[in-house]
Amino acid sequence: MNDEDFHDGDGGITVTNPWQRLRELTDARIGLGRAGGSLPTAAQLAFQLDHARARDAVHMALDTERLMPELDARFPLALRLHSRAIDRDEYLRRPDLGRQLSEQAKQELAQLSLEPCDVSICIVDGLSARAIHEQAIPFLDAALPEIERLELSLGPVALVEQGRVAIGDPIGEALGARMSVVLIGERPGLSSPDSLGLYFTWAPRSGRRDSERNCISNIRPRGLSYANAARLLAYLMREAQVLGASGVALKDDSEVDSHLGDGRQGNFLLPP
Amino acid sequence: MAEHAIDIGGRRYRFDSLGTLMAAASPRRSGDELAGIAASSAEERVAAQMALAELPLTTFLEEPLIPYEEDEVTRLILDRHDRAAFAPVASLSVGEFRNWLLSEQADGESLKALAPGLTPEMVAAVSKLMRVQDLVLVGRKCEVITRFRNTIGLPGRLSTRLQPNHPTDDASGIAASILDGLLYASGDAVIGINPATDNTSTVVTLLKMLDEIISRYEIPTQSCVLTHVTTAIEAIERGAPTDLVFQSIAGTEAANRGFGIDLALLREGREAALSLGRGGLDSNGLSNNVMYFETGQGSALSANAHHGLDQQTLEARAYAVAREFEPLLVNTVVGFIGPEYLFDGKQIIRAGLEDHFCGKLLGVPMGCDICYTNHAEADQDDMDMLLTLLGAAGCNYIMGIPGSDDIMLNYQTTSFHDALYLRQVLGLRPAPEFEAWLEASGIYRHGQGIAFDRDLPSRFQHVLGAMGSGTVDTGTAR
Repeated sequence: MNDEDFHDGDGGITVTNPWQRLRELTDARIGLGRAGGSLPTAAQLAFQLDHARARDAVHMALDTERLMPELDARFPLALRLHSRAIDRDEYLRRPDLGRQLSEQAKQELAQLSLEPCDVSICIVDGLSARAIHEQAIPFLDAALPEIERLELSLGPVALVEQGRVAIGDPIGEALGARMSVVLIGERPGLSSPDSLGLYFTWAPRSGRRDSERNCISNIRPRGLSYANAARLLAYLMREAQVLGASGVALKDDSEVDSHLGDGRQGNFLLPP
Repeated sequence: MAEHAIDIGGRRYRFDSLGTLMAAASPRRSGDELAGIAASSAEERVAAQMALAELPLTTFLEEPLIPYEEDEVTRLILDRHDRAAFAPVASLSVGEFRNWLLSEQADGESLKALAPGLTPEMVAAVSKLMRVQDLVLVGRKCEVITRFRNTIGLPGRLSTRLQPNHPTDDASGIAASILDGLLYASGDAVIGINPATDNTSTVVTLLKMLDEIISRYEIPTQSCVLTHVTTAIEAIERGAPTDLVFQSIAGTEAANRGFGIDLALLREGREAALSLGRGGLDSNGLSNNVMYFETGQGSALSANAHHGLDQQTLEARAYAVAREFEPLLVNTVVGFIGPEYLFDGKQIIRAGLEDHFCGKLLGVPMGCDICYTNHAEADQDDMDMLLTLLGAAGCNYIMGIPGSDDIMLNYQTTSFHDALYLRQVLGLRPAPEFEAWLEASGIYRHGQGIAFDRDLPSRFQHVLGAMGSGTVDTGTAR
């Protein structure tokens, strides 16, 4: 988005905001100006365009053909699984089906005879296949070395269609994993149709509550960087092993965000 | 459990429990269909509403929807019920109660006195018999006023929560949205950040930053970082300047457990905030309204903790949890949960009005996050309708965010411009203390709107100065 997108050439009927340039600091729609007290036409139409794009992103299909070779190259075994939700329409109305494995997926997992592992990674389309297409592989390339440094063993990676967060539980359980990492496309925002979420669960099994997970949100180039997200995941993995739990009990007290300083200075509203 | 039945046109409709009857009587909701408890036909829904209308209000005191022994929210509701306050409506059926609420007997005074005598189940039941205009009319009669550094909920006033979220909690990015909001006359309910992580150090840092902004610019408002109550308690222990303690709450003990809380923990959070002695507008010079709660239909089902009850009734039960802790702010985040619970604009609009009505009737200072996600069948037109209706209903506050786009939570809520629209159309004013600050700062004047064009108000001139050199002082920006 740039200033031109918001230009209304109406000879001064709309009021522009001199703080427009603060948009360097945030993707938020600040300094939009006003027509009376209302949104000027250009800003209104820019919003409608972004909403249309986000609506389209929700309905995009996961490109498994492209992703499977990438996963095969990084994991000893890559599985392609499907939830019980048959298509996008059913997925949107029936979140319960998105949390469960299809019969075929269950059978496939049951036929594997593998040693228990430390970490099960699931890659799930969620509400934005685009987030998986763009962020999953670069994030893995940042996270896998961290997991290796912790000397944790990796189970098979699962690529899941029409899935929700909790589908990582039956998968992790079937693989005998001590902990589960679910990478999932977050619901698309207007300015971020490509945002990846990560959910970490200690001792995954069906029926885990949301409060038993830790979430790392907004992983994408203009959000939380791959490297910082990977470090945060490594922190969660270390602490969960000490605590034997994840979720509310595991406070995120890492120093990842220490660049914020003490909060009393360091931005233009609070000059020294 | 007692069976309920009604004969309509030669056909007998049976409902095997009070909970079943309530669910069948509930206006159509995708979440109730998901739970398999919705009416199976349009006629069955009206039959249930007719049966419900005949039911004495006292039924809800005798027949808890979730057993007393099983659920601490039920225990809270029944233990706190005030029989004396209930007396004026004690002999009424649900249908008669609707008439009473619409009558002249129900005014600001009588409704305020009645609130402790009502249970969430009673108000949920009557709401199921009401049309949108009933929900607006009765909601508007209720006044629930709260105070911290300003006064929220006065008649003819509309406050806003300035929500300057940033995906990485970047201090300068957040500050940019705060400036934008203040210059669009937003932020009297609270300046409240949803942090991207629950990291305690980040929370402490953000609280210090907000505290410094509020004190340096002498803004009569309060701040909040919307983190889990346990993180807030820890931040307070570390000396963070905390005005309000936040928590998401729901209407059953099990759903609250899903949020990692119980009533005892909320009590602990409130005591931690009170121990700081901040705020200062009640008769003792201190505010008792130190809590901020968010709710939303569907949260109990989402946590698989709904006991077979409909989402609207469970939502009303969350307000019983809220009122126990004398909150400054409570808002339903009505369209956030997604289409599996509220499918489209029509369902979101009705739910937002029900939530406001039920909360207000129970004495809760209701606001509303008028919102939708990109996977719901809703758009800006739907939000405009709910916004306008809630303005007419006397909603205490709405959200304010730059251009309706929350770049952290990935959903759309009301913008600073939306609040200006509502104030203009309905003649609503900000909280009085905040309005005085806006006028003194040259930002906004009632009846005139935004009071400056291209030149920033003097209090904020130095920001323009920093930009004049051609580069913004980006501080610690990425």
